[in-house]
Amino acid sequence: MSDKQSAIGVSQETLDEVALSRAEYEAISERLGRDPSPLELGLFGSLWSEHCGYKHTKRLLRTLPVQSPRLLVTPGAENAGVIDIGDGLAIAMKIESHNHPSAVEPFQGAATGVGGIVRDIFAMGARPIALLNSLRFGSPEDPLNRFLFHGVVAGISSYGNCIGVPDVGGEIAFDDSYSGNPLVNAMCVGLIENGRMLSASAREPGDLLALVGADTGRDGIHGASGLASRAFEEEAEMRSAVQVGNPFLEKSLIEACLEAAKLDGVMGMQDLGAAGLASAAIEMAHRSGMGLRLDLSRVTRREEGMTPYEVMLSESQERMLLALRPGAEGEVFALFRKWDLGAQVIGEFTRGGNVLISDGPELSAESPIDVLVDAPEYVLSSSKPDWLTKMQDEDPARLPLPSEAPAGVLLRLLSSPNISSRRAVFRQYDHQVQNNTVIPPGGDAALLRLKGTKKAIAVSVDCNGRLCYLDPYAGSMIAVAEACRNVSCTGAEPIALTDGLNFGNPETSDVQYQLTESVRGIRDAALAFGVPVVSGNASMYNDSRGHSIHPTPIIGALGLLEDVNAHVTSGFKGDGDLIAVLGAECAWDHPGGLAGSEFAAVLHSWTGGRPFIDLAFEVRVQMLCRRLALEGIARSAHDCSNGGLAVAVAESAIIGGCGAALVEPLPERWDAAMFGETQSRVVISIRPDRLGDLLEIAREYGIPVSAAGTVGGDRLRFAEAIDVSLEEAGRAWSAGLAAATSD
Amino acid sequence: MTQPNFGIVVFPGTWSDRDCRYAISTVLGYRASFVWHEDLNLDGYDALALPGGFSYGDYLRAGAIARFSPIMERVTEFAAAGRPVIGICNGFQILCEAGLLPGALIRNSHLEFRCEWVDLRVENIDTPFSHRARVGRTLRMPISHGEGNYQADRDTVEALERSGRVVFRYADREGRSVSSANPNGSVNNIAGIINEEGNVLGMMPHPERACETLLGGVDGNAVFQSIADSVMKFRLP
Repeated sequence: MSDKQSAIGVSQETLDEVALSRAEYEAISERLGRDPSPLELGLFGSLWSEHCGYKHTKRLLRTLPVQSPRLLVTPGAENAGVIDIGDGLAIAMKIESHNHPSAVEPFQGAATGVGGIVRDIFAMGARPIALLNSLRFGSPEDPLNRFLFHGVVAGISSYGNCIGVPDVGGEIAFDDSYSGNPLVNAMCVGLIENGRMLSASAREPGDLLALVGADTGRDGIHGASGLASRAFEEEAEMRSAVQVGNPFLEKSLIEACLEAAKLDGVMGMQDLGAAGLASAAIEMAHRSGMGLRLDLSRVTRREEGMTPYEVMLSESQERMLLALRPGAEGEVFALFRKWDLGAQVIGEFTRGGNVLISDGPELSAESPIDVLVDAPEYVLSSSKPDWLTKMQDEDPARLPLPSEAPAGVLLRLLSSPNISSRRAVFRQYDHQVQNNTVIPPGGDAALLRLKGTKKAIAVSVDCNGRLCYLDPYAGSMIAVAEACRNVSCTGAEPIALTDGLNFGNPETSDVQYQLTESVRGIRDAALAFGVPVVSGNASMYNDSRGHSIHPTPIIGALGLLEDVNAHVTSGFKGDGDLIAVLGAECAWDHPGGLAGSEFAAVLHSWTGGRPFIDLAFEVRVQMLCRRLALEGIARSAHDCSNGGLAVAVAESAIIGGCGAALVEPLPERWDAAMFGETQSRVVISIRPDRLGDLLEIAREYGIPVSAAGTVGGDRLRFAEAIDVSLEEAGRAWSAGLAAATSD
Repeated sequence: MTQPNFGIVVFPGTWSDRDCRYAISTVLGYRASFVWHEDLNLDGYDALALPGGFSYGDYLRAGAIARFSPIMERVTEFAAAGRPVIGICNGFQILCEAGLLPGALIRNSHLEFRCEWVDLRVENIDTPFSHRARVGRTLRMPISHGEGNYQADRDTVEALERSGRVVFRYADREGRSVSSANPNGSVNNIAGIINEEGNVLGMMPHPERACETLLGGVDGNAVFQSIADSVMKFRLP
């Protein structure tokens, strides 16, 4: 072992570079019985980072429900969660963040975020069939945020379009808390046919470890330990830590790996993501219950003179690890050559639990694998900050009535950056390739049919960060409820969740409280819906310019629809239909619904009050919604969320190209009535002769329904207060996002 | 007589190969199989499709590298024998780069990628790709490209127009060819053209994506059905 350092000799600078505390360094030295070598220190820095080691979140994540008869792998045990959907098919799904790279270099940060999550999916032997993304930016009025927005969208478009995986949905929200620290979460869904699921593990000692795909360069070193695992202010200085993507290589890698997955000699597959080989190879060996011997001189490099440290920690993109049965190399590597991809054996799995890393004859690292992967776990404080109690106690009813006329308020909300149509973005994404997209982006959830069956899956990602800020517990339950509600609005039944936890610095007490409460909310909501959280990701240290982002637990929901022909879309279908609101006795909302609402933020620049949800009620509303879809009663269904009922009805009208009239007289608080965001409401339309059936079925579920109005004409008429042409409303809604984000 | 047999040429980076096979074979019931760009045997194929995608990442220029792929010589021979060749999206770009079609596809005038449904006016039904359609009728199908802006020198465009070689033009729902319906800025709203001999078509829109009502429309089927019809005619003594 060369270049040993004594504990006294390790400088703070060195520790900072690998993002380890002195206490962690001492723990490592004690467990190794000596001081770590430079490469070992790099390995620990990566594997014990928040990004790989989940040291602040592991304890919490263990509390999430993982029970489901459909579950095919234990959540967290593999690269992605896998859910059985019958007919010999299974769905792999996962969401992952790429926030810090995107803050530094938005185009490549977002592009490689897409590349990374796609590799997680095909590592399971699944063909990637859909991408979604959940994006957050600061106010578009700030040119930096517009630059980040355009860069991120261009990066997703560039990478996603090239690899032939449709980008079918997602969400975009703007809030000052994300200024300079955008959130870029990408979700991928893959299809596994004929039970050909792969594990990211070897079968037995002696199996070979092969590195395939791109060559290894110096890009992205310290991505996991540096960018993603600590607070950083001087973001420009970290630019070299961002990787560069090659989507063409990724497309070839998808095809080659899926072909390889069918070969008997391929035992397992693992993607290289954060912390590169260090994380991938060691996790793969650990998962297999084996040790590992690696010879880094066999890694094909892009640059001369790379040290073992650089080779192990490189985050060069478009690389995969395969576990091969000895002797299978010839057949497998020929396949990669066909796709012009590199492939080399770089080591083997060994009996026992030791990791031995050499560079040619020279030994660079040696450690028991149990020590390497045993990142410390920190207990988080969960005391509620006083400022939050104060904020929650503010009463939305004390907001003054707007001086603006109701029609003007509606148009302003329709054109606001958080509500307006996302078409300007999603038309830059190929959302149709693979010929499965039944409901394209722009609906409540995207719906993909599964060829050769009658089935379809619905997918949605959701989170309202403002609500999570006001109450991380309720807000997180609402995030789960909304993701599921969007899925239910298509007629599909939610069957699995994936969570992308985006939080500030977990070393602060406020963030610890937010994190603890948020995971509790996700847990309780997942239990109420009876769906498992099958995979997830945690991104901490989302702070910039001295403040933390809103707690943003982004929830991806997967729904299953047994008969694709029963699906329902969000636009109204024809004149004469009745509009009904599920989940509300009276169509108009009460002032409490303004807590954390878009209306309060846009009109009053006010965020306060306490969001609320009754999960049992929510679950029944969604059951009712699905039943109405299945029985062919609901002709349209649209979730009532941002902007309240007025916005939901306007959107269904604009999308369907039909006017609408709501007849109930407005109360004095017309603002809350129309724009309040009380949960658990769905706007549907039905043929008038099905009203009796609707009410009867709603009674079965104990859900109030309000027959609120009718579809027809070319105007939006809400009681006596609003009368605008559909065209004008449509223009405001359609042009809003582009107008807000153009330079 | 056996069903017409389509060869679908696959380059590294191609992604509409599977969609083309689905539309041609699963939906329409013709025979279709993939031809890897290094497999040089085109025996037994009645027609070739060069599908969409990003061959070789479209680095340098869309289609610029694929044209040097070994299969392109065989495609050229296949076309020279008078057999139908359809290039869709990236396939159109490759056919232009290979000189099988005139002109070039440059970056969309607004510089953004576009994926959306467009309406196409059928300008010429006297081709193996369009005779199932009706002149002036519109076909609705999706586009998905960043470099679909068709341009050629003035003489070439005039020659194309004069000889009825503009087969598809972007149009509004009523079939009026107006610039507001043009998604990429192409000259004369051109969406698809044929070569002088009339057996090589390039088009930016994706007919293979408009193959089922469930996915939004079936107008694309007319293109593959037209090819199948003309192949069967070609086979008759």
